[in-house]
Amino acid sequence: MNPVNYLYLAALLFTIGAAGVLIRRNAIVVFMCVELMLNACNLAFVTFSRMHGNLDGQIIAFFTMVVAAAEVVVGLAIIVSVFRSRHSASVDDASLMKL
Amino acid sequence: MSFPLLTATAALPAIGAIATAAVPAARRTTAKWLALLFSLATLVLAGIALARFEPGGARYQLTESHAWIKDFGVRYELGVDGIGLALMALTALLIPFVILAGWHDADPSPSSQLRSSRGGPNETKPYRWRPTQGFFALILMVEAMVILSFEATDVFLFYILFEAMLIPMYFLIGGFGDRAHTGSDENAAAQRSYAAVKFLLYNLVGGLIMLAAVIGLYVVAGTFSLSEIAEARASGSLSMATSTERWLFLGFFFAFAVKAPLWPLHTWLPNAMGEATSPVAVLITAVVDKVGTFAMLRFCLQLFPEASKWATPVIVVLALISIVYGALLAVGQRDIKRLIAYASISHFGFIVLGIFAMTSQGQSGATLYMVNHGISTAALMLVAGFLITRRGSRLIADYGGVQKVAPVLAGTFLIGGLATLSLPGLAPFVSEFLVLVGTFSAYPAAGIVATTGIVLAALYVLVLYQRTMTGPVKAEVQGMADLKVRELVVVLPLIALLLFLGVYPKPLTEIVNPAVQHTMSDVQKKDPQPEVEAAK
Amino acid sequence: MENLIALLVAAPLLGAAVLLCGGRRLDRAGHWVGTLLAAASFVIGVVLFLDMLGKGAEDRALHQKLFSWIPVEGFQADVAFQLDQLSMTFVLLITGVGTLIHIYSIGYMAHDERRRRFFGYLNLFLAAMLILVIADNYLLLYVGWEGVGLASYLLIGFWQHKPSAATAAKKAFLVNRVGDMGLSIAIMLMFTTFGTFAFGPVLGATGQTSEGKLTAIGLMLLLAACGKSAQVPLQSWLGDAMEGPTPVSALIHAATMVTAGVYLIVRSGAIFNAAPDAQLAVVVVGAVTLLFGAIVGCAKDDIKKALAGSTMSQIGYMILAAGLGPIGYVFAIMHLVTHGFFKAGLFLGAGSVMHGMNDEVDMRKFGGLRTYMPVTFITFGLGYLAIIGFPGLSGFFSKDKIIEAAFAKGGAEGWILGSVALLGAAITAFYMTRVMLLTFFGEKRWQPDAQGNEPHPHESPKSMTIPMIILAFGSVFAGGLFSIGDRFLNWLEPVTGHSHGHAPVSAATVTAATMVVLVIGVAIAWAMYGRKPVPVVAPRGSLLTRAARRDLLQDDFNHVVLVRGGEHLTRSLVYVDHTLVDGVVNGTAASMGGLSGRLRKLQNGYARSYAVSMFGGTAVVIAATLLMRAV
Repeated sequence: MNPVNYLYLAALLFTIGAAGVLIRRNAIVVFMCVELMLNACNLAFVTFSRMHGNLDGQIIAFFTMVVAAAEVVVGLAIIVSVFRSRHSASVDDASLMKL
Repeated sequence: MSFPLLTATAALPAIGAIATAAVPAARRTTAKWLALLFSLATLVLAGIALARFEPGGARYQLTESHAWIKDFGVRYELGVDGIGLALMALTALLIPFVILAGWHDADPSPSSQLRSSRGGPNETKPYRWRPTQGFFALILMVEAMVILSFEATDVFLFYILFEAMLIPMYFLIGGFGDRAHTGSDENAAAQRSYAAVKFLLYNLVGGLIMLAAVIGLYVVAGTFSLSEIAEARASGSLSMATSTERWLFLGFFFAFAVKAPLWPLHTWLPNAMGEATSPVAVLITAVVDKVGTFAMLRFCLQLFPEASKWATPVIVVLALISIVYGALLAVGQRDIKRLIAYASISHFGFIVLGIFAMTSQGQSGATLYMVNHGISTAALMLVAGFLITRRGSRLIADYGGVQKVAPVLAGTFLIGGLATLSLPGLAPFVSEFLVLVGTFSAYPAAGIVATTGIVLAALYVLVLYQRTMTGPVKAEVQGMADLKVRELVVVLPLIALLLFLGVYPKPLTEIVNPAVQHTMSDVQKKDPQPEVEAAK
Repeated sequence: MENLIALLVAAPLLGAAVLLCGGRRLDRAGHWVGTLLAAASFVIGVVLFLDMLGKGAEDRALHQKLFSWIPVEGFQADVAFQLDQLSMTFVLLITGVGTLIHIYSIGYMAHDERRRRFFGYLNLFLAAMLILVIADNYLLLYVGWEGVGLASYLLIGFWQHKPSAATAAKKAFLVNRVGDMGLSIAIMLMFTTFGTFAFGPVLGATGQTSEGKLTAIGLMLLLAACGKSAQVPLQSWLGDAMEGPTPVSALIHAATMVTAGVYLIVRSGAIFNAAPDAQLAVVVVGAVTLLFGAIVGCAKDDIKKALAGSTMSQIGYMILAAGLGPIGYVFAIMHLVTHGFFKAGLFLGAGSVMHGMNDEVDMRKFGGLRTYMPVTFITFGLGYLAIIGFPGLSGFFSKDKIIEAAFAKGGAEGWILGSVALLGAAITAFYMTRVMLLTFFGEKRWQPDAQGNEPHPHESPKSMTIPMIILAFGSVFAGGLFSIGDRFLNWLEPVTGHSHGHAPVSAATVTAATMVVLVIGVAIAWAMYGRKPVPVVAPRGSLLTRAARRDLLQDDFNHVVLVRGGEHLTRSLVYVDHTLVDGVVNGTAASMGGLSGRLRKLQNGYARSYAVSMFGGTAVVIAATLLMRAV
């Protein structure tokens, strides 16, 4: 199968993820969309690795997974603590960080 | 190695500043005396420097040189010529009077004590700020930086000081306002911070442009050392493209013109001088601003002689506008301190005019003018400050008939005013006339326009004196106390100095003349010859 | 002998310093200190004078250099004195009249609590005036020139609590400053032309430069003289200056300071001789002022202001004479000296009258005082006869010579100037007779003052009458003393030079004509004020009278054009500074603030909108990169 198709898939996943981040209000959903984007990137990296015949892309994919794992830990902790104090997981309710 | 006299002169007030700031909060009076002591010791050191200086000797004397930032060729290089020495001595001389005049200016006022006891939302901590200590420490800090900037012969070192002195000045203007103000305390505080920010922004913009020019100079010349650059330029081993020289000149000149200040970059001065306490106002106009005019002589003319000559016509016109415009605006002021500020703008016009006339008389006159203006403005401004403190108002219209109740105050005020209008016999006359003659021999029309300044000066001084001191005694003025001993100690030496330098300015001219001749040869200018070589 | 010259100045200077710095402790003795030091200066002057008389005419001039004042490359100003016959004449006049007026002031100012300070100022004036006349260069002369201006300022405004006095003082200083501007420009011109401004080298080298330069210098000197000597167009301050105490009016604004302009022109004779255009300007100014002052003097009801108009007019005579060149220099100075005597005497007399009349100055409220104040009447009367040029008295000799010299100028110019001088003499006779009749003759017209105090005219104390008597002697005999054997001419000629000119009419004719106009002037005055009673309230008068009462509308012109115009100018400049110059800066600041305020709205705190900008930014960057590749 032509590896370029994987790239199309990656682009599609990334776009879905991005749209989710922009459109959805529930923090958990937004969070999962971010994960989706990260994994889309991973897919693209691995595909490029395959296309170019070296391992760079795969190594970076591992890095991304580590970062994603760390993000899950921190992100979920924040979401939970926000939910605790505000009884809501909507990102629009937490708009205090403005001038 | 000989004793580093110049470093010591600058270091002493800096040490004094730290020592004063470290005095415990309750020991206000100790802090004052400490500050006074350090400023007097600095004066002594400046006196020693004056004595050790040989007028006919090398151009820069008492030199010191140490490597500082090796990678960029920045050196800690000090040295004074007659001009720098005269201004350094002026600074050292004025600071004790400034400290003495501001003796009570930073005492906690009843209202500030009230505020602190009330403890607003921002003041959860106990009242631990020590304004008195801070005030005097800042003054000494300014002194240290100004003195060092008069001594610096390294462009980068000078630049650092030129910018750094803004910081203590900012706090002096913004933190210690004149208590005599109209309107509410909050309003006055807003005015004050406006003035301080304006002062800072103006000078920072100037400094920023200068920084670009300083870097540009380094790129072109490969060194920051004034003497090395001047030498290389004179020997022809360093040549600058005409346009490069002009751009660099403009970068330097802009910063100095803001500081001086020259029309139309002057508007920060009336605000700053109006809102600051009078001793700080003296610090601004008599000490800090002199760095600007001094630097024109030291850096603009010496580093960029061709560009200076190229820019002369425009600068002469700007200086003339400053003279006339400043004087006319002084006439129209209703606030005593703003009036003096505009008068100073007019006087700075004279100084710049003398520098850029590029004649011996003009430049000697300009240097003398810096010194004399420092003394005369200090005398007038400090007496005005004593007056304002007594009545609690800066508006001219609130006074009248003071002469009757406080004759000594009125007399000293008049002498300060007469010095400001350059009455012969007082020091400013000598310098003003030299500037006029020097300008006239190079640019007759400019000389004549500048001469109208003497009529306008008489107008604003005498109108001020008439409205405040003469006429029937106003009810609010009734019972005003005459000058106290501390105040007399401030004013009388200044007046004596004005008289002495007016009658016998020779000691000063002897120091200044050789330096001016060096500058004249830097710009390769000769005095215009008189039409008739008079029968001698 | 040379060393005495500095002492001449030092004595009154010391007096000023001691009296002004001495404080209240000196209140009781201050006036004596001041008077003694003035007298000491006079004595030194006399000693120097006697010494000078003992020498030949050519080596009478003394010279003393004290120290180098402002030494700058190419510019040498020294504090150096030069005492020649011209300076000597002034020294004697200044210290002599000055001492008399010090003595007079002891009585006149007896009730003033600030008498010590008054004497301090008087001494300061003497010192400055002496520096003015014995300086050996123009810059030092300038020091004295402004110094007398300062003393005049302080003394006019001596009663500072009166707003009118403070205003008059300020006005005098300002108008003088305009003149001073002329002097300083003249000095600058001299410096660029001759490389120096010492009398000797400048006046000796006038032949080596162009006439244009000399004319310029001459005109600037004339401007200076106009300011100091209250000549048209800078005359407006003198009338107001009468706000000062009367001894001040006598010393400064009649006998000495206002004549400094004449001194300046005569001293700079060599310049004017070589610049005919400048000379013409001088005579025109002199002639115009001599009529101007005389006309103003006719209309004033204030005795001091009438005398001030007269002073202006008499100085106009001197300036006229000085402008005539070598024909007139000596006579200008001679008239100056005789005028110093009689005008000082007249002012002291006026002061004595005011002293006895509760400080009333309106002559319409005097009348018939001759029996109450006999000494004042006689001394004033002698001064009066002297000023109108009564034969045999001082004014006769000096004024007659000036009129002769004016005719001797030759051509149409000579006729015009001579006629103006004659007309002036007639008007002088008229207004002085008017003053005399209104004050001392006719019935009493006294009225109680605002507090209801009836005046009790009485003769003044001895300290006041003795100076008046001495000055009256001077008014009577000085002219004759100077003229017999041409003594004054021979005395001054080595300094000023002299030429005779060609008079189109004989001296006798001129004298006769002068007598005729004198009689006419007196007769008209008698017809108007002597024959019929004088109304206490001034009648409306003709258009000319009303204009003359207002100084021929010159003040109104100044007020409208200069004062109002200046006010508008400064006010609009203050506005411009605030809105335009400062406005640009504040505008920049405000637009920055506005921009940041708008940008701030983008920071709304919604994570989504931040994400949009991130995506948008990334998209733009990628698009730009691709575009750059494609190109």
